[in-house]
Amino acid sequence: MDEARAPRRGVSPRLWLAGGWLLLALLAAIFAPLVAPQDPLAQDLMLERLPPFWMSGAEPGYWLGTDSLGRDLLSRLIFGGRIAFVVAFAAAIAACVVGSTLGLISGYFGGWADRIISRIVDVWMAFPPVLFAILLVAVLGTGLSSVIIAIAVIDWTRFCRVIRAETMGQSRMDYVENARIAGYGRIGIMLREVLPNVVPSIVALLSLEMGIAVIVEAILSFVNLSISTDDPTWGGIIAEGRLSIHQAWWVLVFPLITLILTVLSFSQFGEALKTRFDPVLR
Amino acid sequence: MSACLDIRDLSAVLPNGQRVLRSVSLCVQPGEVRALVGESGAGKTMIGKAVLGVLPSSVRIVEGDMMLEGEDLGRLQPKARRTLIGARTALIPQDPLTALNPSRRIGSQMTDRLVRILGWSGERADTRIRQLLDEVQIRDPDRVLKSYPHELSGGMRQRVLIAAAFAAEPRLIVADEPTTALDVTVQKQILRLIVQLQREHGTAILFVTHDLGVVAKISQKVSVLYAGKVVEEAETAALFASPQHPYTRALMAATPRYTDPFASLKPVDEAVLAGLATEIAAADQAWRRPHG
Repeated sequence: MDEARAPRRGVSPRLWLAGGWLLLALLAAIFAPLVAPQDPLAQDLMLERLPPFWMSGAEPGYWLGTDSLGRDLLSRLIFGGRIAFVVAFAAAIAACVVGSTLGLISGYFGGWADRIISRIVDVWMAFPPVLFAILLVAVLGTGLSSVIIAIAVIDWTRFCRVIRAETMGQSRMDYVENARIAGYGRIGIMLREVLPNVVPSIVALLSLEMGIAVIVEAILSFVNLSISTDDPTWGGIIAEGRLSIHQAWWVLVFPLITLILTVLSFSQFGEALKTRFDPVLR
Repeated sequence: MSACLDIRDLSAVLPNGQRVLRSVSLCVQPGEVRALVGESGAGKTMIGKAVLGVLPSSVRIVEGDMMLEGEDLGRLQPKARRTLIGARTALIPQDPLTALNPSRRIGSQMTDRLVRILGWSGERADTRIRQLLDEVQIRDPDRVLKSYPHELSGGMRQRVLIAAAFAAEPRLIVADEPTTALDVTVQKQILRLIVQLQREHGTAILFVTHDLGVVAKISQKVSVLYAGKVVEEAETAALFASPQHPYTRALMAATPRYTDPFASLKPVDEAVLAGLATEIAAADQAWRRPHG
């Protein structure tokens, strides 16, 4: 029975690595108060600019050193991850829902719906995204929800474009015509026949978008437009680290590494998921 | 008894005003296999799509009637037309690769139509599908029903599509070059299956093909098309015995013969095509006058 099936590909190392890092970071963020070795906000000027654990002069309990106010870097990174993940999930899902819906409608129905939606996307994409985000947050006021809304409002076009193209390709397939001959309604065909075939792309984009949301959030906190300056964010830590790069390079380098690993993992994870979700590649 | 499909003076145009169907008339009796032959671009597929109501949006029907079992398709509301077409017709498509939804299992695709369009119970639909799979000589229905389309060979997929087409007992099946995308050894089996199921179920078939050999094997009547115009219509036997129209004769002369495999391929006679072109231009002129 099963031998006729295409052999299932094992989970690739890339999925393991990316998924592993994301899981680790996510768990650390969720259980931040339990895993963080120090209070991320506690300042102690006696302990300022402690180096990471392998260098001389390091204090036990401050694994990655401290910043210029004596706050523990590792704890700040862990707590910063909370905001990064909340923004990543909320903003990416919001952008995905809006963009995919419009893309599906645009690609499947064509005609006027397509013309209107595509023109809006064109105009939208003409704005430089980061400038647009800064503008939006400036108007909406800083805060977590503003950041999420800003990212969703900017990046839905990415989903819309890709899903529209995918849907157009699928809609030309004979199975869609067959469903029309059988007498299915247009919306039924769109949701039951076409949508399952674009899901792999949606999943890949969603994961990629989470990575992008993490970056945009970091950029906004870097320019101090994200949430209140008290809460540690990756972008905020990078901004502070930049000022003391000659005295304490670790304050800049560790959040950068965290950011890069997370963004890379999201995009790799998305690619790997796409292959697994695709019935033809599976 | 009314004809299964009766097309009268059907004309369709492209947005630039060019006619793609030129006053096509065609009558298919219940249980009859009617072949539509012609070169590519002759409008064979277009006729099939017109009947099934899936013409590309750029093609517009400007004239003529289509009667499906006595019901005038042009007079029905879109929704009623869809329902009628869905219940009484089916398509056996050209390319079995793209005609099945790649992300759904064969079983759910096949039963879905019976359950959702005809309102059958899931059990009844399942029994029916298995019966049909048996008729198309699929010996391991359990595996096939659980498979995704890409897990089956081209021939298997085409069998599945034939089974799906016959499952709802349509009165008319449009078979759009159903063997063109298959390899030659499989073609014969598939043709035989279609003919066998057609006899058992008494379904009328509009068989679109460019292959005169296929026409001779399976059809009772033939319409020869050129540039969207029926140039000749006859009983299959009569057509092959004494083709009346010069184009039909030219087409037959151009058919490669296995008896002489080393002869070079002959194109259709140029003089005949030139004659047809003037004939069609004159007809278009005459047609345009009353239609503005």
